[in-house]
Amino acid sequence: MELGKAERVGLDVVVSTMASDAHTWNLVFLQLLLEELGHRVTNLGACVPDAELIAECRRLAPELIVLSSVNGHGAIDAQRVIPGLRACPELLRTQVVIGGKLGITGADDGSVARTLRAAGFDQVFEESASADELRSFVRTLSRAVPV
Amino acid sequence: MTARPASPPVPFGQFVTRAQARGHLVVQPRMGMSRPERMREGLRATRGAAATTVGTITVDSYTRTGDAVAARRAVAQGVALNGYPITTYDPAVTRQVLRDVADDGFPVQVRHGSARPEKIVTALLAAGLDATEGGPVSYCLPYSRVPLNVAVAGWERSCALLAEAQQTGARPHLETFGGCMMGQLCPPGLLIALSVLEALFFRQHGLRSVSLSYAQQANARQDEESVTALSRLAAALLPDIEWHIVVYAHMGMYPLTPEGARLLLREAARLAVRTGAARLIVKTTAEAHRIPTVAENVRALETAAGAAAAEASAPRAAGAPDTGIHAEASALIDAVLGLDRDIGRALVTAFARGYLDVPFCLHPDNAGRARSGLDAEGRLYWSAAGAMPLPGRPGRGRNPILGSDGLMAALSYVQRTFDRRARAETAAR
Repeated sequence: MELGKAERVGLDVVVSTMASDAHTWNLVFLQLLLEELGHRVTNLGACVPDAELIAECRRLAPELIVLSSVNGHGAIDAQRVIPGLRACPELLRTQVVIGGKLGITGADDGSVARTLRAAGFDQVFEESASADELRSFVRTLSRAVPV
Repeated sequence: MTARPASPPVPFGQFVTRAQARGHLVVQPRMGMSRPERMREGLRATRGAAATTVGTITVDSYTRTGDAVAARRAVAQGVALNGYPITTYDPAVTRQVLRDVADDGFPVQVRHGSARPEKIVTALLAAGLDATEGGPVSYCLPYSRVPLNVAVAGWERSCALLAEAQQTGARPHLETFGGCMMGQLCPPGLLIALSVLEALFFRQHGLRSVSLSYAQQANARQDEESVTALSRLAAALLPDIEWHIVVYAHMGMYPLTPEGARLLLREAARLAVRTGAARLIVKTTAEAHRIPTVAENVRALETAAGAAAAEASAPRAAGAPDTGIHAEASALIDAVLGLDRDIGRALVTAFARGYLDVPFCLHPDNAGRARSGLDAEGRLYWSAAGAMPLPGRPGRGRNPILGSDGLMAALSYVQRTFDRRARAETAAR
């Protein structure tokens, strides 16, 4: 950091869903929440194809990627896209998290979260997770990131 | 291919208008299963409900987004999808699903959510079906990243496929989804304008039987005024084709309690009856939690039919006062129709100029300058109109722009209100 320049605050964040999911209220909410915490958000919107998700994340090289899905295909779609994100040299230090309604059965015993963590997600926010859990996770993260 | 006729003997639109003439509200579920035998059971159960029903085949998300490979893989591996993959199965399989179910007393509509529905329309026609829904704006902007002009072209071709089927005796029916944009928080003037504009687009491309949608929002009086305005505009602008109004039970965050969910559904049924709507798309008590079972869907159909029948025999309440929704919708429709004789091109230009601007819609072709919110009574208002030519609204202060907490409060307003009402009713018993 150069002397005399304002300290850069906040993280660069990509908010996105995956190819099969057309829901966007979750994405609008996440964008507002993250912006209110002082982060810069690129919101990729509905039905983002795998290749476009990866290309945009490589281009933007964000510090945090927040995936959200509520159509019930999230767990399947997420396991498909995470290896591609993890393979990008630009994203080695990027935290990748996912949340929402990830299966079609409703209640979950935690097996989806375990599977997704094992597949490479840093954090999984299941349906019952609150906005405050994401807020505190992001706060920890922004403290840890050197500015 | 078999020698069966290309369409069911009683067309969808005619079935609904006949039921309305007999004083029955037609009720319809959302329903889509990936396995054909389960889909068939769902349709049979819908037909068997103690209500005037039509059936639904909702396609899965892979088929909706055109990912045929993923849909085929899921079917091959026996992975459950969130709908019926109509383009993956051979038409003979879908005909088997429909055999002795979708005959003359029971039309079936295919619901899909696709911005480029040509393959889905081809598949449903091949299976002997001819009723579907959507629209070039309503299935593009909220749910896809397809450019609007590409969706318009796709919907022109889809309308042409349906219109062509008219030459072999079918009476295809197409429903607008424009009155349901974003599910919630879109002010009614814009919902109505989009519903009417999509219906005019369908007519321009050869459809002779359409329905116009409106989704229940967060204030019963505002909804009543809205559906009445939609009816008036449809009557004025579609004098030469068959049309009816379809109301959707609330499409936003649904009550968590079963009783709250039923109260909201009953209110939607009363809205439909009071405003002369002919059909209602129901929601179940499982809505807030998961995809409903067939039994839950049947109970929702019967609950809605019961509430509709009770309302039909109740004394007629006075209509909702005019707060300017009709004028707002008319101004938007006129502004768009004035841009181009070709309605598809007019819609593309209107969004490019921000004459139509859907609040909270992330699609790149939406201007994204408009914002909306809910007042303390649940009435939708504009807090920013962008470049939309809305008529003046004198005497109103500046409405607040929502942050994340405000947005969540607005999105959950109906859920909280109806869960609270349900608790109060239970306590009073």
